This record gives sequence, structure tokens and C-alpha cells, in this order.
Amino acid sequence: MFRWARLSIVCLTFLGGNALAQDYLSALNELGRTATAAELSAWDIDVRPDFLGLPPGSGSVAQGEALWLDQCASCHGDFGDSNEVFSPIVLGNITEDDVRTGRVAALTDPSVVRTTFMKVATLSTIWDYINRAMPWNAPKSLAADEVYSLVAYLLNLAYIVDDDFVLSDENMEDVQALMPNRNGMTEDHGLWSVNGVPDVVGSACITNCSVDTTITSFLPDYAMNAHGNLRDQMRHYGPLPGVQTAPTPQLSVSQPAQSDSLDQIPADLLAVSGCEACHQVNKALVGPGFTAIRARYAGADASAYLAKKIRQGGQGVWGSVPMPAMNQLDDTVVEALALWLASGK
Amino acid sequence: MPVGVNDQEGRLRPAPESFLSEELISEISHRGVDKSRRDLLRGSFAAALAGASGLTFADDPNIVNVPEWSRSLGKPVATNPYGQPSPFEANIIRRQSPGLTQTDQASVAFTPLQNLFGCITPSGLHFERHHQGWVDIDPQRHRLMINGLVKKPLVFTVADLLRMPSVSRMHFLECGANTALEWGNSAVPTVQYTHGMLSGSEWTGVPLSLLLERAGYDRDARYLLAEGADGSGMTRTINLTGALEDAIVAYGQNGEMLRPEQGYPLRLVVPGVQGVSWVKWLRRLEVGNKPYATKDEASHYVDLMPSGQLRQYTAIQEAKSVITAPSAGQKLLNQGYYCITGLAWSGRGSVRKVDISVDGGRNWQEARLEGALSSKMLTRFNFDWVWRGEPALLQSRVHDDTGYIQPQRAALVAERGTRSIYHNNAIQTWRVSPSGEVDNVQVG
Repeated sequence: MFRWARLSIVCLTFLGGNALAQDYLSALNELGRTATAAELSAWDIDVRPDFLGLPPGSGSVAQGEALWLDQCASCHGDFGDSNEVFSPIVLGNITEDDVRTGRVAALTDPSVVRTTFMKVATLSTIWDYINRAMPWNAPKSLAADEVYSLVAYLLNLAYIVDDDFVLSDENMEDVQALMPNRNGMTEDHGLWSVNGVPDVVGSACITNCSVDTTITSFLPDYAMNAHGNLRDQMRHYGPLPGVQTAPTPQLSVSQPAQSDSLDQIPADLLAVSGCEACHQVNKALVGPGFTAIRARYAGADASAYLAKKIRQGGQGVWGSVPMPAMNQLDDTVVEALALWLASGK
Repeated sequence: MPVGVNDQEGRLRPAPESFLSEELISEISHRGVDKSRRDLLRGSFAAALAGASGLTFADDPNIVNVPEWSRSLGKPVATNPYGQPSPFEANIIRRQSPGLTQTDQASVAFTPLQNLFGCITPSGLHFERHHQGWVDIDPQRHRLMINGLVKKPLVFTVADLLRMPSVSRMHFLECGANTALEWGNSAVPTVQYTHGMLSGSEWTGVPLSLLLERAGYDRDARYLLAEGADGSGMTRTINLTGALEDAIVAYGQNGEMLRPEQGYPLRLVVPGVQGVSWVKWLRRLEVGNKPYATKDEASHYVDLMPSGQLRQYTAIQEAKSVITAPSAGQKLLNQGYYCITGLAWSGRGSVRKVDISVDGGRNWQEARLEGALSSKMLTRFNFDWVWRGEPALLQSRVHDDTGYIQPQRAALVAERGTRSIYHNNAIQTWRVSPSGEVDNVQVG
């Protein structure tokens, strides 16, 4: 614990020992004030599993359905089973046996989508969350009776209560006894307390450890670009540039290859090639500017040499910063770039 | 000049082995080193040195042509009153994982761990995880209420809290769902997405214990409900016994006020505990004698076991480590020296040791730990490695000061299955291909 006494000593030291600890403590206790009853009732809205904090009120399945269609269905679907915006709340995966035992059997089936009512053990959770956070775009706008009616509608969708059911603070406890996964939670694990006992501990083996190093999973090529081009998600000039994962678009290179257009900057070619991460046209960035390259090789028949440098990378011609091999580029792109670079006058 | 460093290039010279002929290497590995071979070796090494010192380089235009920034007047002070990173760092940003969530308000933006140094995460790159969007709160209108099992329910203004005795502590913050996508198979392409719901910061604020003392909390109480002022009214049950030790009602992060995405003006800091308990935009603390089973500890943040049971109130982030570079999606520029670097942390204490394997966990060597080892804080580790183009499987493994050792993925999955979503602290494997490309794989 941060020791109160230790803090006192620290602060007293700053005060040069002139103030008595008593003065300091009482002065510190002047900070903050007692909360009023109205303030407490405005903010203390939580409802606990034993229903401490639950306000009085009631609502029917029918009232809930009307409210649901008006304010909730656009995200959750008419029957709370939509997977469009949020995970489904109900999906018909709860059996009568589940309700009897209080354990949802389908939770062991990987093919079954986990819904709210398959997991949640405590009815208070549903009430409390709707009350504090729903609707999505207008939280805390529902009256207590409206919350009861919405919970009633969801219980009905989950086949826990009948169509004509009216939920109220009087019968919440009865319904709790029907929650399908009410016995499905365990606190028997080591992760609640800092002193908890771990369930799995690794090996301390140092040499010739018996581990299976067979590769069991990796990202297939088609998934490598699913998060965008990784080349653009890493520092460009370091020793570990990003892998080019975006396919290089097939370009028609006839235009830049025409002699009358060789002096034009092939902007689209540069855009797709990734060269501009390190090279600018008119000035040196990480690598030399294109104008400087064109000037150096003006008059020389250097297009084959430059194509090779683009493909293989290099170091030392323009300085010590190495250029990585750009072997991911299409031959047509490389050749068009090399032709342009070699066409300086 | 350090041995092995070429002053002309500022790069490490290849190790002498590279100057040995294949024939000689084969001879030595089969028959050992006798006198004649030792002489040969000595000769090769000398030749290598001579070759290196005799290298010539073209003039670097970045040196011989004095760059424009050396020949011009710089910009005035306060051009950016709040400083910004260099424009050349524009791609080092938080990123979303496409398809992970269906709404951008209940979503995640991951920290680019692959390009960060040390163990402090820049506040602007601190990962974001919100449950119903983030809000801009006027600190003059924000209040903190303490109620429940207390002698006197209290209300504090932000000014009250700023006036109270404060502490500053370094702590990691990891989402309980960090690495959740990797339970079943390799799913995402870089360390940003596998481990990027992780940060390290210096947090400043008032010790929770001091505020609860002030309110006269019930000494038998074991739970605390923390509640946010955002639309979601995020609520989490906190282990009060643990929180009295080191939890902070924080307003400061890395020397400035919290960022709005991090809970400005107040957030609860619960060291070692998963991020969802570090309630942002904190408005209320309720002392209680029973847990609360809030939505994010009854429907989400419950860990499904193979038995079908859900582990509830899982809070502690067990020891974990990951190599941040070289890591998946990167490419080793060429052969030679690399510093394998990464982060290690434990929600139960401090990092004692980090081991590195380059062969998928068969053999391990100890990494260097950098800086002071703070409890429940990130520790940076470094490891010298020379890559000669061989395929490699890079792994890191942390030991914490409780004696706990980070498990291999197979061991964790054997106990918990692949559907528990949260608290995946398995050893991560990065595969280095002969091309130098690194990707995310699983072994065993």
C-alpha cells in the first residue's frame, strides 16, 4: 500500500517540519466534499447480481418488442439475432436442458456462435448494461420501465419466458433461477489475484530442448496484404524495411517508352513502384534524386545497368545507405523506370 | 573504434568466417583445428582485414554536397506549438485490423511496436480500445465520486485531485485480448496486430488508497466498482486488496495530462491488470463486498475453457514477451549483424530474465535487459545476432521474479484450448526466410 504515513513524512519534509502532521492531515481532508443524496442517486446506477441497486418498475414482452423495433432492431435485428453490427444476443442455441441445468452445452461446440444469453450467468448484467449504455447512440435515455420491457423481450426471444410475461423488480430473482448459463462461470483460476497460481508454466530448458518446430500455421500469400501494404507500415530507411505485399499493378509501359515522353516524369509508375519512399525527383532523400541519376547516366547506354540495380539493389555508388533489392517489381515496370532514368540529356 | 566496425562505412564488417573457403570450413568442422589449419585460418583472417582496410568507396553526395538543411536558416521556435514527429515518420501510426470489429466505436487501433524503442510508448501512439467511442470531457465539469461501503461518500473536482499528494509510476498497459487473434492460427501479418494492444507509460495521480482512506472505506470490503463517464458508463470490478497496493487515480501520462483517448481527465491505473479495468473517463468508485458481473466481465472478458466453463474475473496479465524487430512483415536488408530487440513484462512483478531462440525453441541464450527493471512495467531486451542467410525461427521467453516462465503456445493451448480469446501470453514465433523476409508462424 502507498503508506499514508510515508506520504505525510514526505510532505512534512517539504514544509521544513514547521507544520504538525495533524495540521497537514486535516488540511488535506478539506479537499473533496460529501456527496449529496441527489448526486448519489444520479450516478450510483449499478445493479449487482443480487439486485442491489435495482430500481422498482416493470415492463412486458409486448412493450419491449415495440420499443425494440423502434430503437434497437436497426443494430441487433428484429429478433436480436443479427451479426451485422454486434454479436448476436440470441440465436436459438439454448435448450430446455440448459435452462434446467444452468449450463449451456453448446459452449463446447466450436461451430456454434456464442451469443449473449449463452454466456451471461446473471440477469442483473443485462438490465444494468441496457440501462447504462443503450441505445448505442443515446445511452442512458431509457426509463426504468422501458429497460424492464426490453429485458423481458430478450428473455422471451431466448425462450426463457412466455409471450405474455411481465418482468419487474419483484420477479427478477425468479427469472435469474432460469438463466441458461447461470452455473457456467468459474472463479477457479489464478488470474484474479496477483498471488494467484498459474495454470500453465513454461519450460526452463536451455539446450537441445525437445520441442516440435514443425510449422503448423502461417499466413497464406493471399492474406499477406489483407492489412494493407506492409511496406508502408514500417520505417522505410531502417535495416528492416516492410515487405511489399501489395501486388504491383500491371502497367501499360508503351507511353513512357515513347521517345517524346521520356522527359516527362512517369508519376503513375513511381507511385506504384514504391521508389518514392526513398527517392524524390529533384532532391536527395534517403537515396539520390531521379534528376541526379538521369544526369549521371545521360548519354550512356545505361538502361540495362540501371534495371539490374533496381532489381538487385546496391550500395556505394551514391553513398553508404544501401538500396534494397526491388525484385518484387514487375519486369515491365523495372524496364520502363530504367529506360526513363537512362534517358537524361 | 570498436573492434569489427568499419569506420568508412559505419557498418559492421562481415565476421572472419565469411572469408574462409567452404573447403576449409568443412575440414575444420570434421577434424577440428590443428596447427596447419590454424595457420591457414590466421592467414585468411589477415587477408580479410587487409581487404577490408583496402576497400574504397565512392564519395557520398550527402557529405560532399553539403545538404540544404546545413546551408539554410531553420524554422522559428513555436512553429509547431505542440511538437509533431518528423514527416519522415508519417507511416509509424496506430492502425486498425480490417474486419476485426464491425463498428469503429467499439474497436481497436494498434500500437506500431515494430518501430518503437525503449519501453515508453509515445502517448499519441498508445493503442486505443474503446467500447462505445471516446469523448472529450471538460475537466472543469468532471467529478469523481466515491461511494458504497464508506463512512462518507465523497465528491472530488479535478482541481481537488491535482492538489493532493501525487505519485508517478511506470506501468505497462495490456488489453486482455492482446494476441487474441492468434489462439487458433497465425492470423495477422505484423507485431503491430499480434501484440499492439500494449503500451508502457509513466502515470501520475493520486494513490487510490489515499482517496479511500479519506472516504473511510470498510476494511472488510474486497471489491471496488470503477465506472466511466463516457456513454458506455464502462464498469469493472476491481480486486480491492490488490488495488490498495498500487492503483492510482491518474490524470498524468508521460508528463502531460492524459490524452482524451486514454481517459482525459481521469483514468484508473491498475498495475498488472488487463487494460479494460483501467477505466477511462473515471467518474465513480464504489466500495463493495461482492463482485458486480458487469457486461465486460459477464459477456465479454470471460475466458471460455474446453469444458464449456467461462473463467470470470480474470484480471492479471501473466508474464509475456515478444520480439518487436526483426518481426513479421519486415525484411532483413542484407546479411550481417542484427540486434534482436523486444519487450517483456509481467503483471505479477518484474522481469528477471529473457531468453532468445533462433531455432524455434530448441536452444536458448540470454538477452540483455536494458534500463531499470520496474515492477509491472515493460522491459526492453536486446540480443546480438549475425544472420548469414539461413532460415531461422525467432522466439523470446521471459522469466519473471515469481519464477513464472512464459509458456510455449502448445502448452497453453493444451490447457485452455483455442477459444478463450483473452490472456494469450504464449511464446511468439517469427520465421526468417533465406530471402530475409520475416513472417508470423506457429510451431508444434
